[in-house]
Amino acid sequence: MRDVICARDLVKAFNGKEVVKGISFSVRQGECFGLLGPNGAGKSSTVKMIYCFLPVTSGTLTVMGLDVQKKPREIKRKLGVVAQENNLDNELTVMGNLLVYASFFNLSKREAQLKAEELLAFFGLEEYQHKKVETLSGGMKRRLTIARALVNSPEILILDEPTTGLDPQARHLVWQRLRSLKERGVTLLLTTHYMDEAVQLCDRLIIIDMGRILEDGRPRDLIGRHVGETLLEIRGDTGVLDSILENGCAYLKGHMIVGDTILLYPTDGQALIQALRPVSDRFSHQALRPATLEDVFLKLTGRGLVDDFVEA
Amino acid sequence: MTLWRPDLSPLVWRVFQRNLLVYRKTWKVSLSFNFFEPLLYLGALGFGLGAYVQQMEGVPYLYYLAPGLLASSAMFATTYECTYGSFVRMAYQKTYHAMLATPASIEDVVAGELIYGAFKSVLYGTVILLVVAALGLVASPWALLVPPVLAVSGLLFGALSMIWTGLVPNMDSFNYFFSLIITPLFLFSGVFFPLAGMPAFVQQAAWISPLYHVVNLTRDLVMGNPGVHLIGDLVWLLVAVIVVLPAPVFLVRRLVIK
Ligand SMILES: Nc1ncnc2c1ncn2[C@@H]1O[C@H](COP(=O)(O)OP(=O)(O)OP(=O)(O)O)[C@@H](O)[C@H]1O
Ligand SMILES: [Mg+2]
Repeated sequence: MRDVICARDLVKAFNGKEVVKGISFSVRQGECFGLLGPNGAGKSSTVKMIYCFLPVTSGTLTVMGLDVQKKPREIKRKLGVVAQENNLDNELTVMGNLLVYASFFNLSKREAQLKAEELLAFFGLEEYQHKKVETLSGGMKRRLTIARALVNSPEILILDEPTTGLDPQARHLVWQRLRSLKERGVTLLLTTHYMDEAVQLCDRLIIIDMGRILEDGRPRDLIGRHVGETLLEIRGDTGVLDSILENGCAYLKGHMIVGDTILLYPTDGQALIQALRPVSDRFSHQALRPATLEDVFLKLTGRGLVDDFVEA
Repeated sequence: MTLWRPDLSPLVWRVFQRNLLVYRKTWKVSLSFNFFEPLLYLGALGFGLGAYVQQMEGVPYLYYLAPGLLASSAMFATTYECTYGSFVRMAYQKTYHAMLATPASIEDVVAGELIYGAFKSVLYGTVILLVVAALGLVASPWALLVPPVLAVSGLLFGALSMIWTGLVPNMDSFNYFFSLIITPLFLFSGVFFPLAGMPAFVQQAAWISPLYHVVNLTRDLVMGNPGVHLIGDLVWLLVAVIVVLPAPVFLVRRLVIK
């Protein structure tokens, strides 16, 4: 598959302070590619350079073979952008938002109207078309923003945290629509700090933290490589860790302490639980659970992805 | 910066149309509010003060005051739009961000905003002109040239306001813009009284005031005294527009795109 976005040693600095520190990655046509990272990782800065909003400080960045520094208008003509912050026209109706946006891509009135109707149907917003944006729920606003990003039938859709702040049901609705866009051949590039979102949607992803790429690959492979299938979570009295390591060492690949919780990476989960039975009365909490990307991130950085997850 | 060349395209008009469309949803409220004030001034000062002053530069005071208020109201419409209005779109509603994700450039966006600012000047000034005409205070068909003058002055005030917005981008700072710059212009540009009675330095300082030149033009056009003396005022405004126009584009670009 052709690479449609290609970043090499990409750097972004604000007033001399680097927030994206020389990252390289490429996005293939038709895939869903993710940028996973905590707050302040540099996700938005990276995608803003891709959609030609922020100038590149150094390195090279091409979108569909075009240099972002030289051909921003040509690139933007073929991109759909859903920015992190809501920027709908609140005073206009749902339909009005789509039509105004379409005018920036020089669609004729008729083309714009047809396209807008099609998109509203696709996102289940038809019955709201004459409603003002102000009156919509957060989930509907997000779907409208995605619909708006599609008025120019883009080849690549860039989504900066598409479901942050939405309730679970609204998130699933967005995910479902994004998956069907991918089936139609649209390349998706999304940023997120939700690991479940990354697993649900992304074919490949990079994990970034403090402006650097920590890892890249397919979500399942990353989990397998760093953590394994399952993970044993334990909370207990102080000093319990020594006993755990003593009793369970035969079935342990590694461990990590996050706040008051001990995370054990077992070679065999059930066998490890058996081996720990003699000391298990000292545990206040014990759970064997499937490993997630969050655990990968924890292992790589010692910190959680979402701010309130752990205090390292 | 000498090689800096603005990257403009016809999308400027889309930016303008976008603002116009939003305005059409709210114009009833904002238009009536903005007319209320100048008419209040006209009523209170024109009739109240006019009862004592009677003649100003050889005409009844109401005649003298009306064209000045027309020019200053147009100035206020534009300066509000290009400070509070533009800032809200830029910083709160993120409208600039949305437009910049389309093929539009930041230059297109700022230019569209300035044209919209100038449009406000023409719209508010012209509607007041019509009201004033209905009151029988317009003496000459030369008044038909007032809207183009308002367009030029609108561009100038729009650019000056956007310079402030670009330099001190926060809501509180706009108070200072109005009390330190716009209100003094309003008071010392010959809207209410001729400057001949003022100290010499005030008269000289008035020459720097854009509103002074706009008031000269609108008053003489409305009263039917066109003449070569107005060419100086027009040239002053045109030169000022050309000199000032690149600055807001540069400053807002610096602000939005880091
Ligand atoms: N315009 C700016 N000026 C100065 N610093 C900035 C600017 N925009 C972002 N930063 C800084 O750059 C760093 C990366 O920000 P960025 O928005 O790219 O992170 P992010 O991964 O998108 O985070 P979030 O999940 O909070 O959206 C942060 O430390 C932020 O404070
Ligand atoms: Mg972000």
